[in-house]
Amino acid sequence: MTVLQIIFYLFSSLAVFSALMVVISSNPVRGALFLVLTFFCMAGLWMLLHAEFLALTLVLVYVGAVMTLFLFVVMMLSVTRLNLREGFVRYLPISVLIVLSVTGLAIMVVGPQRFGLIQMPLPPATPADFSNTASLGLLLYTHYAFPFEIAAIVLLTAIVAAITLTHRQYPKKHKSQRVSQQIAVSPKDRMRLVNMPSEPKINSTRKGQ
Amino acid sequence: MNFAMPIFSVALPEIFMLCMITLALLTDVFLPARLRLVTYILVQATVVITFFMSISQFFNYPSPIITFSGNYIIDKLSMLLKIFVCLISFFVFAYSREYIQARKIAFGEYYVLGLLAVLGMLIMCSAYSFLTIYLGLELLSLALYAMVAMQKDSSQATEAAMKYFVMGALASGLLLYGISMVYGATGSIQILEIANREGLSSTQQMVELFGLVFILVGLLFKFGAVPFHMWVPDVYQGASTNMTLFIASAPKIAAFGITIRILVEAMPNLQIQWEHVLIVVAVLSMFFGNLLAIAQTNLKRMLAYSSIAHIGYMLLGIIAGPNSAEGYSAAIFYVATYTIVAAGAFAIIAILSKKGLEFDQLNDYRGLNARNPWLAFMMLLLMFSMAGIPPTVGFFAKLGLLEALVEAHLVWLAALALLFAIVGAYYYLRMVMLMYFEEPAEGLDESRFTVSPNMLAVTTVNGLFVLVFGLFPSSLIDMCRVSFA
Repeated sequence: MTVLQIIFYLFSSLAVFSALMVVISSNPVRGALFLVLTFFCMAGLWMLLHAEFLALTLVLVYVGAVMTLFLFVVMMLSVTRLNLREGFVRYLPISVLIVLSVTGLAIMVVGPQRFGLIQMPLPPATPADFSNTASLGLLLYTHYAFPFEIAAIVLLTAIVAAITLTHRQYPKKHKSQRVSQQIAVSPKDRMRLVNMPSEPKINSTRKGQ
Repeated sequence: MNFAMPIFSVALPEIFMLCMITLALLTDVFLPARLRLVTYILVQATVVITFFMSISQFFNYPSPIITFSGNYIIDKLSMLLKIFVCLISFFVFAYSREYIQARKIAFGEYYVLGLLAVLGMLIMCSAYSFLTIYLGLELLSLALYAMVAMQKDSSQATEAAMKYFVMGALASGLLLYGISMVYGATGSIQILEIANREGLSSTQQMVELFGLVFILVGLLFKFGAVPFHMWVPDVYQGASTNMTLFIASAPKIAAFGITIRILVEAMPNLQIQWEHVLIVVAVLSMFFGNLLAIAQTNLKRMLAYSSIAHIGYMLLGIIAGPNSAEGYSAAIFYVATYTIVAAGAFAIIAILSKKGLEFDQLNDYRGLNARNPWLAFMMLLLMFSMAGIPPTVGFFAKLGLLEALVEAHLVWLAALALLFAIVGAYYYLRMVMLMYFEEPAEGLDESRFTVSPNMLAVTTVNGLFVLVFGLFPSSLIDMCRVSFA
């Protein structure tokens, strides 16, 4: 086993473990932190594939920006611990059956015998001065310009959608003062003087004794 | 690296629409609230102009052009689908106006997001690589999720949006997983290259097949075919009617487009395998869709189940396609006419739903003829078309499918389809019976049956479309046939 293989297995097993923990941890903050760990492991795997730029972007954008924001939201909402045990036993048999059949079939059909260096030979090695970033940029602005533009529109849609859903104009919930009416008010509108006969004297010592 | 400059002029409809979206977005921000109608007019003008652009392209580009480095194709199929998408979107936007105004759903945002969804559909229609297909689909779905959730004061709509979002995300995930497998096996995400590659070993073919299964699941999820249909009734019923109208109509056409690209154009080598899957799904969809629709008391839910059944019929055309000359054109004719009919039927619900009260129970339609004869007649035409009764367009749609099935030596499937169509006719005709032969329901305010002239005009055009193309279907059928020549 070479060093690269050891690194690969280390990162991938850690990625699978942390991805599992994201799903099963009952504390949302812990789940988010495990997601961060998953991203780190994936970045390590991409590094092994010589995709340095993408690996760094993953760490910077997802871990640095997206997940931080995510943690902020999770903490601010003060989500209580979720009760994961609920319905666990009820759904266990069917879920085990589905998971086993899907993974079993997947391994049977596209197991290790379908992938490997014999079936998929290594791409030719790149020269030492090969720049991953430059070739990515070149592709992005030439051959993939059309999908790149669509991705931009998807982001625009996301912005419009997010603002629409959070900008609460309807229905109006807050109540505010109408200053003009407040100033224009006269004592007569506010207070009514009523003439009443004074109350007859009550025996105040009746109760409590 | 050899890079050819893309031919920008072929993508004119998309480019124009994108420019107009940004314009409408900015206009809406700076307009005072009382001039909001300007946004609506801008959006409708965009749809109409794009419609005419697509028509002129349809007649001016005789042979397919693939450009943007193989990511974009313009051929008869894509142009025809775009024509239908624009046509139906125009109707949908026109129907929605009064409904969303009455319910105080954010007006400008609704139309801007709607236009973004239309742009997503146009991109899907002429996508020629898996990447563009996926991005177009996401653009469409993202806009739709937000539009369903926009009715914030309704807990039902929020629930529907949540279900739609979770199911849609799951379907996208499955689709992407399948695409990654196909990419692993073939080394390409471009449809032309996947179709043209040679000498694929059986190992690679197995991986490709594995990917195909996941792609199919993703697509069928989006279509809402059995067994991936569970979200359809809940979302159709829970979403505000104008959104149901949108979800049930135009996206089906775009989804049909990408299905043809993926199954027929990219993977003809796996045709036997996907045909088997589709036969099972089509039979199940027709069976469960029609059977469960009978049990419904809510019209929106009934139409949701009926849409599941209609998706089953549409899949029949794709199944018959490889072995018959007219299978694909019958399928596209079916899906196009069905979506127009479905849009009309949901629109009548939307029109009759006045502020604060939905009009979606079957019993509400008791004796509609006595209250508003013209609207009842339009509903009758739409129901007849869904059931496939002449002289409406639905009859020719079903006839074309059955012909194609017989030609492809799938007579048993044609017989089954006919049987389920008879089951389906029961609940469509029950609706007609309720409207015409039952006494009007008591206790309903008479004023709710008065309909504004604008809405009546749009409904009339929609209803008469069903009748006119039922009497003279040949021009539309010819357009569909040309697309697959």
